[in-house]
Amino acid sequence: MHELPVTESILKIVLQHAPADSVSKIVRIFLEVGELSDLEDEWIQRYFDYLSKGTIAEKAELVIQRIPITFQCDACANTFEIKREALQDLQCPECGNMECKLVSGKGYYIKSMEVV
Amino acid sequence: MEKIRLIEVKEEIQADNKAKAEALRNRLTADKTFLLNLMSSPGAGKTTLILRTIEALRNDLRIGVIEADIDSMVDAEKIARTGITAVQLRTGGFCHLDASMVERGLEGLDLASLDLVIIENVGNLVCPAEFDTGAIKNAMILSVPEGDDKPLKYPLMFTVCDVLLINKTDYLGLSDFDVAVLRKRVLRLNSRITIFEVSAKTGQGIGEWAQWLKKEVDEFRFS
Repeated sequence: MHELPVTESILKIVLQHAPADSVSKIVRIFLEVGELSDLEDEWIQRYFDYLSKGTIAEKAELVIQRIPITFQCDACANTFEIKREALQDLQCPECGNMECKLVSGKGYYIKSMEVV
Repeated sequence: MEKIRLIEVKEEIQADNKAKAEALRNRLTADKTFLLNLMSSPGAGKTTLILRTIEALRNDLRIGVIEADIDSMVDAEKIARTGITAVQLRTGGFCHLDASMVERGLEGLDLASLDLVIIENVGNLVCPAEFDTGAIKNAMILSVPEGDDKPLKYPLMFTVCDVLLINKTDYLGLSDFDVAVLRKRVLRLNSRITIFEVSAKTGQGIGEWAQWLKKEVDEFRFS
């Protein structure tokens, strides 16, 4: 539901990274989105198509890669990945401790982009 | 055909908001004003809980409220009737508050003369979890009629909150909501969260919550 402001930021950042004198078009944008974030890939693309009209990013394809959810165990410091569906059974696979801290799996990043 | 080149961007999309939220926290720390971001689904009882909290703490703390609402003034008017300053932020369809919107809301309050500002965020368990508002602590309400399965559906919200209020406990006997199951589900996601069981309607549990909040505010202001 908050795809619109996120997409606005994406457009702003990629345009800042594409100097007009050396880039004529942005073709593809590589994004990383945390598995815990409820962003819909399809809507990000739709909003992007709309917002980028008339800019050098028009018609750019957004390639979204998910960042896995990882936790760190409070007891043994082991870091492990966990699927979203398995969160309710979260426990350290090494020592069985249930008190763990979220390390990654939220937030969104622009990794790189292909330009001509 | 032109050759395709790769440009490294390596930027966090929310970097702007994060920087604004951090700046806001610094300002609040300088002003010694504790900002609490209260989130929940629509109808979970945010406004009633704020009213109860004001009632419990108004003799001890100078309180202000920022009300976010998609397009109405109903909640801000309810708060204003208590004599507490409430600023209404119309989000105009926006599903959450971010740091710059909160900053705009704070402009309507005299921070130096307030100990505690409560933000009533937009009723929604998804979007507000993603945006740092600049708050010192994040709180959420889950009300009994919503069901004990919400941590499974909206895990992010439960991981970003410092405190969870299970509200409408007066409905417990009428529902299959299992507090023990809920606690277990929440603590697996966030072992650091503090949980209170309250009924904003009857006032049950409000004392413990208010005491906790008062302690947090005092520790923040006098540390």
